[in-house]
Amino acid sequence: MKHVKKIAIMTTLLASSLVITACNEAPPAKAGIPPKLYTDSLFAVMNADRANYTKLIIQRLGPNGAGAIKPDEHWKEIENGALLPAQMFRAGSEAVAEVTDEFTYSLQSLWPINKQNAPKTPLEEEGLQYTVDNPGENFYGEEKLGDVTYFTAVYPDVAVSPACTTCHNDHKDSPRTDFDIGDVMGGVVIRVPL
Amino acid sequence: MKKFIWATWILVTLAIAGYYGYILLKADNKQALLIGETSHGHFQIELACSSCHTEAFGGPELIQEACVGCHGAELAEANDTHPKKKFTDPRNADRLSVVDARYCVSCHTEHRKEITAPMGVTLPEDYCFHCHTDIGDDRESHRDLAFDSCASAGCHNYHDNRALFEDFLVHNHSGPWLKEMARLTNPNGAAILASKRVPEQQPTFPEQKAAHPDIHKAWSGSNHADAGVDCGGCHSDVSSGEWLEKPGIAQCQTCHIHEAESYKSGKHGMRLAQSLPAIRPADSKLPFKETALSLQQGCNSCHSAHRTDTLFAASEACLTCHNDDHSRGFASSPHGQLLTRAIAGVIPVEQAVSCATCHMPREENIVDGETVVQVNHNQNHSLRPNEKMIRPVCMQCHNLGFSIDALADPALIRNNFNGKPATHIPSIDWSLKRVAD
Repeated sequence: MKHVKKIAIMTTLLASSLVITACNEAPPAKAGIPPKLYTDSLFAVMNADRANYTKLIIQRLGPNGAGAIKPDEHWKEIENGALLPAQMFRAGSEAVAEVTDEFTYSLQSLWPINKQNAPKTPLEEEGLQYTVDNPGENFYGEEKLGDVTYFTAVYPDVAVSPACTTCHNDHKDSPRTDFDIGDVMGGVVIRVPL
Repeated sequence: MKKFIWATWILVTLAIAGYYGYILLKADNKQALLIGETSHGHFQIELACSSCHTEAFGGPELIQEACVGCHGAELAEANDTHPKKKFTDPRNADRLSVVDARYCVSCHTEHRKEITAPMGVTLPEDYCFHCHTDIGDDRESHRDLAFDSCASAGCHNYHDNRALFEDFLVHNHSGPWLKEMARLTNPNGAAILASKRVPEQQPTFPEQKAAHPDIHKAWSGSNHADAGVDCGGCHSDVSSGEWLEKPGIAQCQTCHIHEAESYKSGKHGMRLAQSLPAIRPADSKLPFKETALSLQQGCNSCHSAHRTDTLFAASEACLTCHNDDHSRGFASSPHGQLLTRAIAGVIPVEQAVSCATCHMPREENIVDGETVVQVNHNQNHSLRPNEKMIRPVCMQCHNLGFSIDALADPALIRNNFNGKPATHIPSIDWSLKRVAD
């Protein structure tokens, strides 16, 4: 009887330890926001802010509105100069980079005015080309830069007003001069370390 | 014998550790800890170790914070072409492996004077080339340029390109080399702002006033007298209010905040900002007059104590000490001749060009909602690279093309611009051609 009790206790302990060990070894449940949902959400905020800046500031106060501000590429050089929407977007991206490295984003194009905004990594190039070839679709992928693997999302940047197409078509540094309204001019690239 | 060697080794080790430990933790003079000669930019404050090494441990981020603490505002004002924020994106990881442009010290390594170039750069001169290798594909004009000529030929700077970017070149390509009515705005910052800060209650010190009638007479015709600054306004200790025989920057800066702050940012006053004894010409390796070697620099070095003669401060005061070719050439130069004629009353003061016109330029600032013209007392503000001088200084009187050419001609700089530039920088021509094409 004594042995039976001993065996029962031992069996119970063994079973418990197996359960605990199994629990420890089980892969951790996926916590947090999936990368795709994370970048989609970030893009929603970026896009909304950009649209609002264009509509509520540039169009309302610029030359086509009250004429109080002058949107210009070299906005610092002129009185009442204001950043172009694309520059405002980049200023946001640079300001974010100063406070966090949990994600980065940039506005890029296969036909950039500033060559620094051309795709640099193979995945960026593939993503930008994908959004051009598949209008309305986003592109998602993973890439390794340095020692870190990133989730990289590319969202199409579509010409929504004549200001976008005119500026890019007429700019001396623009490699493409036949943009029309509705064309994919580039893409927003959001990158999250995994 | 073995014991003796061991004992000697331990003693020597302890002695060395004790010596450096004492210097590190206790001694006022930490000269022995310097790991190499300091650059021309920092040698004055090399013994204020904590001005850069703010903590004993902390790595490159802390050093970077120290760099930005002193130079950040100027870089932001210069629309820095290569700010750190451009390099933190992971897509630039490959570039960082060549030069880690997130940190100032990657290009400006301190305590390595033997490899420090005039701009404080410790990299070989081809640093631009590594990232801009393909510039020749974009710009026909750049195809055959030397790989080390980007930042050394008067065309580009790493940080400050305010006067050199293509649209500015195109926009300012024309105009006479010398404006017909070249006139400068007179500074009014001190008159407007400092006078508002004069304390209502000032110690009177009647005994001292009575003892120095000549000084009192000289003072009575000065701007200080007009602004209501009595003897006690300057000759009183900031904390105790007691009589102070020789006032210094602590007293001046109670009213002249902008002037004092900018002075302490430059070579003349940077030691004062670190609570070190003021610099003397003897401490520097530049050529100075023998008679001036031991003169400690302060506000009074240029601004006579009881007369406020800014024309003296703007030129003659500089030449009390400075004795290089450029300084010695001033009096006979076209600029110097203008000053001589202004002092003689032949031409208006607004047409005079002094040392300070170029090296302590006037800036239009908005302070408390009021636009004022202030003198930037940081002589280093637009000194290097000298293209920084083009917009705030040269273009007040000259056109852009002449300014670029003149500043790219070392012989012309040496003789203080006595003549026309012997070189021509083609950047404006190339820009115009590219726009026309």
